[in-house]
Amino acid sequence: MIGQLTHRGVLSMIRIPAAIVPVVVMPVFFVLAFSGAFSAITNIPGFPTTNILNWMVPFAVCQGAAFAGFGTAFGAGRDLENGFYDRLLLSPLPRQGLVLGPLTYSGIRSLLPLCIVVPVGFIGGARMVSWGLGLLMLLLAAVGTAVVAGLWGLGVTYRVRSQRAGPIVQAGIFVAMFLSTGQVPIAVMTGWLKWVAERNPFTYILQMARQGFIGDVTWQHTWPGLLSLLILGGVLGVFAWRGFRRLIP
Amino acid sequence: MTVALERPAEAQTRWAPQTLLLARRSIVGTIRQPTVWFPALVFPLLIAAVNSAALSRSTALPGFPPVESFGQFLLPGTLTQGVMFGGIIGGSDVALDIENGFFERLVASPVPRWSILVGRLAGSAVLGAFQAAVFVAVFALFGAPIEGGIPAVLVLMVMGMFLALAVGGFAAAIGLRTGSQEAVQNTFPLLFVMVFFSSAFFPTALMAGWYQWVAERNPITWMIDSARDLVISGFDVRDAVQAIVVAVGLAIVMVFLATRQFRRRLAATA
Repeated sequence: MIGQLTHRGVLSMIRIPAAIVPVVVMPVFFVLAFSGAFSAITNIPGFPTTNILNWMVPFAVCQGAAFAGFGTAFGAGRDLENGFYDRLLLSPLPRQGLVLGPLTYSGIRSLLPLCIVVPVGFIGGARMVSWGLGLLMLLLAAVGTAVVAGLWGLGVTYRVRSQRAGPIVQAGIFVAMFLSTGQVPIAVMTGWLKWVAERNPFTYILQMARQGFIGDVTWQHTWPGLLSLLILGGVLGVFAWRGFRRLIP
Repeated sequence: MTVALERPAEAQTRWAPQTLLLARRSIVGTIRQPTVWFPALVFPLLIAAVNSAALSRSTALPGFPPVESFGQFLLPGTLTQGVMFGGIIGGSDVALDIENGFFERLVASPVPRWSILVGRLAGSAVLGAFQAAVFVAVFALFGAPIEGGIPAVLVLMVMGMFLALAVGGFAAAIGLRTGSQEAVQNTFPLLFVMVFFSSAFFPTALMAGWYQWVAERNPITWMIDSARDLVISGFDVRDAVQAIVVAVGLAIVMVFLATRQFRRRLAATA
């Protein structure tokens, strides 16, 4: 059943190309705009790279992955509004599949920004220090971010029971990602943002994702990201599951 | 239904109160939609707060304008961004009037045709001026003083008003052309891109390559840089004139576009 729901999601992605736009176009725009506008910030003491694209590309990939997760929630909202979800609930299929299927689709969809933004970044001048492991870390971060964003989105959507949950889901993802090391490293931040970013799990996910672009991949910079994904996945998984339970008569 | 193309003589003498009434409707309608104007106030301030904390050390970079804080640098860009968020409202309301049939009722009435468009955009213009005042107050509270004083604040408010008129005119052109609120909302990314490819968030002197080339030729940059000089360096008539002239120029172009679409809509309605 997970495979069938995932397949349904992939088919909808193919049949509605416009749904791919935020997952691909926004991250590419982000890479171009931020690296163009803020290219000089790499001269600030404490910035770990002199190439702004090396810093921005992984963030853009994770941002696109987050949009992929958001799209899952949007699809669930549409199914809830048009009654298709009721038919799924009436079927004898395992309940867990209704949540895991869309999440699997999120993970697959997160490959899109990875496959498009990274080449665009390379064309623009991004370079990796550690290729194989670096790309693996980026892949883990992207898929994990998509799943986490999907769980958050599903949890909100199950409670709101419509596509009107969209702005709330987007706002949560947007705030979480920008209050991290999205733009600059912690060493460069000042004031309240530094305090928040140090405690934001996305900071460590981005640290894991960026490793290969700014240095060697090390366990020291990997385990906090993996742990953050696990914790976020656990907490938001409970959040989503409890919201799903409310849908069951 | 035949649309009356000849206005009754007595209606021609009442164009002022009619226009004011339509403007009042637009302004009150905007005030009564906090879900629309609240994000236009809050999100730019949130982005400014994050950027100020993230990029404050960039003020020490060679070539960065001499500012007391990054917030002082950011104020005109935040104002521009916020006005662009809120300026969509006017065009969206035009599309709403078309969708719900109120536009046809206005056209069938003896009100001057131009007052229908002007009245609808009045709400955006007032919101733009209000946003400018709010942003100035909040930034001043958080350590971003305006060296140009009250005259500079007034210039920023006038600039905000005309910029809102420009955005509202553009959105109204889309709304009149399509008759769809959704189409108007979908123009937002284009405005977002225009603001990003300017000096709103970082000085063009510190940009590089094609991006710098594009940003330097963006009229939004000319407007923001002049407004920024008023904030950072003190009041200067040339800066004030340039900031307002660019905003007025954009407003004229966009309202002209809206007027053309308005005439097409009238012709289609006749």
